[in-house]
Amino acid sequence: MTDVKVKKEFSIGAFMGSILRHQIFIPAAALVILLLINLVGDFFKDSSFFTISLLHNSAGNPVLSGNLISVLDFGSELAILAIGMTLVTAATGGQDISVGATIAIAGSVVLRIVCGADGVAYSVSPGTLILAFGAACVVAMICGAFNGVLVAIFRIQPMIATLILFTAGRSIASWINGGALPRVNAESFTYFAGFIPGIPIPTPFFVAVGCIIIIAIVLKVTNLGLYTQAVGINESSSKLNGINPVSIKILSFVILGLCVAVCGLLKVSRASGITYSVIAKDIEMDAILAVALGGNALSGGKFNMTASIMGAYVIQMLTTTLYRFEVEPDALPAYKAIVVIVLVVISAPTVREKAKSLWTKMTKGQKKVKEVA
Amino acid sequence: MKKRIFALALVASMILAVTACGKKEPADAGSDLIKVGIINNDPNESGYRTANDKSMKEQFTKANGYEATFKYSLKNDEQIAYAQKMIQDEVDYLLLSAADTSGWDSVLKDAKDAGIKVILFDRTVDASEDLYVASVVSDMAKEGKTAVDWLKGQKLSEYKIIHLQGVMGSAAQIGRSGALNDAVTSEGWTMVQQQTAEWSSDKAQEIVQAVIDAGTDFNVIYAENDDMAKGAVAALDKAGITHGTAEGAKVVVMGFDCNKWALEELLAGNWNYDGQCNPFQAGDIHKIIQKLEKGETIAEKTIILDEKGFDAATITQADVDKYGI
Repeated sequence: MTDVKVKKEFSIGAFMGSILRHQIFIPAAALVILLLINLVGDFFKDSSFFTISLLHNSAGNPVLSGNLISVLDFGSELAILAIGMTLVTAATGGQDISVGATIAIAGSVVLRIVCGADGVAYSVSPGTLILAFGAACVVAMICGAFNGVLVAIFRIQPMIATLILFTAGRSIASWINGGALPRVNAESFTYFAGFIPGIPIPTPFFVAVGCIIIIAIVLKVTNLGLYTQAVGINESSSKLNGINPVSIKILSFVILGLCVAVCGLLKVSRASGITYSVIAKDIEMDAILAVALGGNALSGGKFNMTASIMGAYVIQMLTTTLYRFEVEPDALPAYKAIVVIVLVVISAPTVREKAKSLWTKMTKGQKKVKEVA
Repeated sequence: MKKRIFALALVASMILAVTACGKKEPADAGSDLIKVGIINNDPNESGYRTANDKSMKEQFTKANGYEATFKYSLKNDEQIAYAQKMIQDEVDYLLLSAADTSGWDSVLKDAKDAGIKVILFDRTVDASEDLYVASVVSDMAKEGKTAVDWLKGQKLSEYKIIHLQGVMGSAAQIGRSGALNDAVTSEGWTMVQQQTAEWSSDKAQEIVQAVIDAGTDFNVIYAENDDMAKGAVAALDKAGITHGTAEGAKVVVMGFDCNKWALEELLAGNWNYDGQCNPFQAGDIHKIIQKLEKGETIAEKTIILDEKGFDAATITQADVDKYGI
């Protein structure tokens, strides 16, 4: 009788342990905590955090509106960036801090082609858009390759290598349009970051889901994930096994470049224009944070893509929550910092190691007590 | 090791290539041009700065009798280094739009000792007044007050305001927020949401979206620049909330800076108000320099630029062409 009981408790312990050990636990727990905070907040607010209503926008098209929709909408760019940043982190053990600046470059390229020399576009044809997006992809991938070459071939620390574009990127973006601030006055251009007529779900969500599906297929079908982790864990032994670390590292930066181009398109579509010094400002920090919140080691090696993407939505959920509770504008970054510190400390390997050993001690202790009894 | 050195060399050459793109005009030796050194913020900072830099470049040309050197930085210490270099180069006038208000005492003293006349433009600094000959500046608090007075004049039955602030602590934010905060207290207006969107249209859209999601009622958007007003309007459009001057429109939209596209929004009746932040100090500075060159004295040390506020009901195409930046 007692034997069975002990066995059962032991299995619960193992189950809890496996959950705690699972990488997705941290972003998932953070997400649940934020949702709980908002659930409690519902008692103090006139409306629920979870309400989703169907409205009609000024063009008369149906749109869904609500906090959760906003999180999915505004979190898209970050989720897309988190994909690329996870790969770069895993392969090189460093981070790309130039993504905000390269988003400015990609966005500037899109507008250069859409607006031409006039700086204003009143209509956008699908052909021009495809051309503009294609060009932005190429430019952003070249920027990524530039970073990648510095990191992989010249063995410069990723943060230092990407510091070059971080510093120069926004100026380059401004040169592309000759210092002018182009803008688009066409309704169709806002579809990317708004709503496609007739579809009530924000387009960025579809774009993000599209990117996630593509990377999921790539990771499933190709050896990209395995090779990236191999290079990140031990470069020389992966080389001995026939993997070329240089090309894997450059490839990870190029993939990040592609993610950057998509974000650039979304950002300029949101604003129907560009302000070089403001667009996607500090987004690199949030993207790195998403990777860290996903429980991925920032020193490279193993990674969990799902956890990173969830980390991105956690950050957006946090922002939306802070706006909802109307925190003082001076204090906003401080609040964010406190939450982030707590989350990152919890997800730190040493803390998790300690928690795990504490847990096993506790369960083992219980087992001993039972046995003695 | 070799690779590392090569990499360093590559980086160095890139940086050189980047800096080499700066403007360098050969000095006209022995000419009677007035040498001016102009230290400004990065023209990419905003539409305001682009217009400001353009007007300076158009004013201080050889044709107008100037030999101008332009230096840009958003960082105070870099600007101070440029100023020291210009003092060594013995410019006649040092024109300065300081990134930060503090830290300028010693370098301005050096300039004075070297007989260089300093004229501040756009922004003032925390330094003794006798260290500079004149300043041509915007009064951000006055801009805010003009806008808030206009808002009072609208005589809305109730005031429920979403206040979108710029980067906290910047001169424009402090001035434009101050006037509204005072009015909210004195008039008993309701502040529905007061939050910084850091001049970004994205963040403004997010903040207004959060208010709409919360189901809170509001009827005024006070955005401290045009980009944020645009982001706010995007959120309104998404939710089908009417705005602007149309009959029965629900939300009054206010912006600042008078970008050309923003004034066009006024003209189209999508927005209600746009406050000017005048970037055209070059003409006033030119007049001051001409006076000083003739040996005249300057009556007023601080010139506050004339800044208008535009109402969608009265704005004309001529205004858009003249004041749009």
